[in-house]
Amino acid sequence: MSERSSPLLQLTLSRFREFVREPEALFWVFAFPLLLAIALGLAFRNKAPDRIPIGIVADAGAGRAAAAVLARSPVLLIRTMSPHDGMEALRTGKISLLVEPGPPAARDAPGTPGDTSLRRPWTFRFDQTRPDSRIARLEAEDALQRAAGRTDAVAVRSELVTEKGSRYIDFLIPGLLGLNLMGTGIWSLAFGITNARQKQLLKRLVATPMRRSQYLLSQVLGRLVFLLPEVVILVGIGWLAFGVAVRGSLWLLLAASLVGSMTFCGLGLLVASRARTIEGASGLANLVMMPMWLLSGVFFSSERFPDLVQPLIRALPLTALNDALRGIITEGRPLPAVTPQLAIVALWGIASFLLALKIFRWR
Amino acid sequence: MTEPLLAARRQTLTPSPPTPEVAARCRGLVKRYGEVVAVDGLDLEVRRGECFGLLGPNGAGKTTTLEILEGLTIPDAGEVEVLGATWGKGSHALRQRLGLALQETQFSPKLTVIETLRLFRSFYLRGRAPEQVIALLSLEEKRDAPVGKLSGGQKQRLAVACALVGDPELLFLDEPTTGLDPQSRLQLWEQVRAFRAGGGTVALTTHYMEEAERLCDRVAIIDHGRVIALGAPGELIASLQAADVVEFASEPEMQRESLLHLEGVREVRRFGANWMLSVASLTTGVPALLSAVERSGARLANLSTHRATLEDVFVALTGRALRDE
Repeated sequence: MSERSSPLLQLTLSRFREFVREPEALFWVFAFPLLLAIALGLAFRNKAPDRIPIGIVADAGAGRAAAAVLARSPVLLIRTMSPHDGMEALRTGKISLLVEPGPPAARDAPGTPGDTSLRRPWTFRFDQTRPDSRIARLEAEDALQRAAGRTDAVAVRSELVTEKGSRYIDFLIPGLLGLNLMGTGIWSLAFGITNARQKQLLKRLVATPMRRSQYLLSQVLGRLVFLLPEVVILVGIGWLAFGVAVRGSLWLLLAASLVGSMTFCGLGLLVASRARTIEGASGLANLVMMPMWLLSGVFFSSERFPDLVQPLIRALPLTALNDALRGIITEGRPLPAVTPQLAIVALWGIASFLLALKIFRWR
Repeated sequence: MTEPLLAARRQTLTPSPPTPEVAARCRGLVKRYGEVVAVDGLDLEVRRGECFGLLGPNGAGKTTTLEILEGLTIPDAGEVEVLGATWGKGSHALRQRLGLALQETQFSPKLTVIETLRLFRSFYLRGRAPEQVIALLSLEEKRDAPVGKLSGGQKQRLAVACALVGDPELLFLDEPTTGLDPQSRLQLWEQVRAFRAGGGTVALTTHYMEEAERLCDRVAIIDHGRVIALGAPGELIASLQAADVVEFASEPEMQRESLLHLEGVREVRRFGANWMLSVASLTTGVPALLSAVERSGARLANLSTHRATLEDVFVALTGRALRDE
């Protein structure tokens, strides 16, 4: 006879060991989201806005004069070209706007200020669906009108704002955290359980007096062991490399991450509850995650989708989790302010667990 | 073989002893997989303290029967009783008393031998120390090796170690020595005998005649999902009333009729290109055969003899060989 250790502890230890002895799994959980955050952070880091390239048909004197005027704009990058080359460049997107001078105006009112050679009809060619083109058009017209003698009726002073929390990286880090919690939660359970079923490990375990609830619980616990390092690393890199500070409570952030992680474990359990093969489970996991990758506001705000589908998008667990994480990290919201979102997340988790337990295939 | 004859044979082979205690029993077991009937009205009784063998060719229904007894497969019809309990409610308590090894049991390849045994040990309220079963199955050198790096035979021994770690009353082993080298097989037989010596009951499946003959107290020969013979190996072989088998081929071939009338020949069967004669005694059967061959002017191509085995019992009952080897 021998001492008996806790089966839940042994099961969780087994899951933990299986995981850390699989280097690829570690990469996908820790390294991949970090690399993604760093790559995106660098790509979208704050810098002076790019100048917008525009073309000017400058075969006449007016064109050259206009080019000199427009070149003073901080927003525009001027290229002079022939009408034919200009149309070609516009079509291929090399320039956002093509400026063509018309014939000189019939008569000049002498004595008025400004460059009279600019007083003629101008043609602006651009694609109005491109925001760059619309900005270039406004800027170019403004510059030409002023140079040709228009006077401004009111004075406007620009004050530039670069507040922390409003940058793209500030938006991105909470979204990546949510995305990572979803990915690792769903994958580690769906893969671990389906693998055990497919390789008949589950069949052997079911033939012992193991408590089935403990097996499922150990799969979740084996996943949650990695939650703390995962959150700390991602949020830590965001803070150290990009200055993304957590404005709200760190404990609240951890609690929200825990709720999110458990919910996605539940979804992973649901994905794995019937699947006989890894391939089947992967397909199902992708089916569950793909809509949330796109819709749940990870890389860009989900507000951009039409109003009609907004209620649906709001109801997705990752949308709710991302909203809660953003609220805590960038806005410093307290628990009551993020409770509705966390409740949506938790509801998904509870429903998934209950359904998965009902339909779980043990052999 | 006709039903009354089978029934008669069963009765002569197993004279009912004073009601032995039953460890596992099933009656009228039926299991279908789609169109295939894997188990077709099967009755069995495993007595306490014995080693009971299910012997039969691949696909006979041995594994299905064993997994029904183990509570892993639900039969379409029939009754099952294991250690006085039935599968269903309370099977958790029943599992505490059972140990089993599946056919080619799979374990997590990333865990080591000792980790796997500690895990299995944790499921049982009482049991043996993992280190102890490691020693029993001679896995000491592989104690800290990942299961994925074990050889087939070592994995099989680990499967038996996991079956023993809960210190069961009843041990189910599905083809426990398949893939083992001869030395490991002998060692495993020793473990089974030691387990029985400690009062345990064993039910195993095998397609090795030798294993069934040397290890099992009683054997059920299974074919097409039914028990076609039941009894102690020695009794089953004795029931052939032909202790030896002579196998030969000649050029030109001998006729069946001329062989049937030879002295001491009980049965004549075709086996590939050879004739197989079941004879009561070699000392009379072989000289009689040789002189018959000589008389007919044929020439012997080959001749061999062996003691009758359970294989011969199976062949006598079905007309087919047990294994295609």
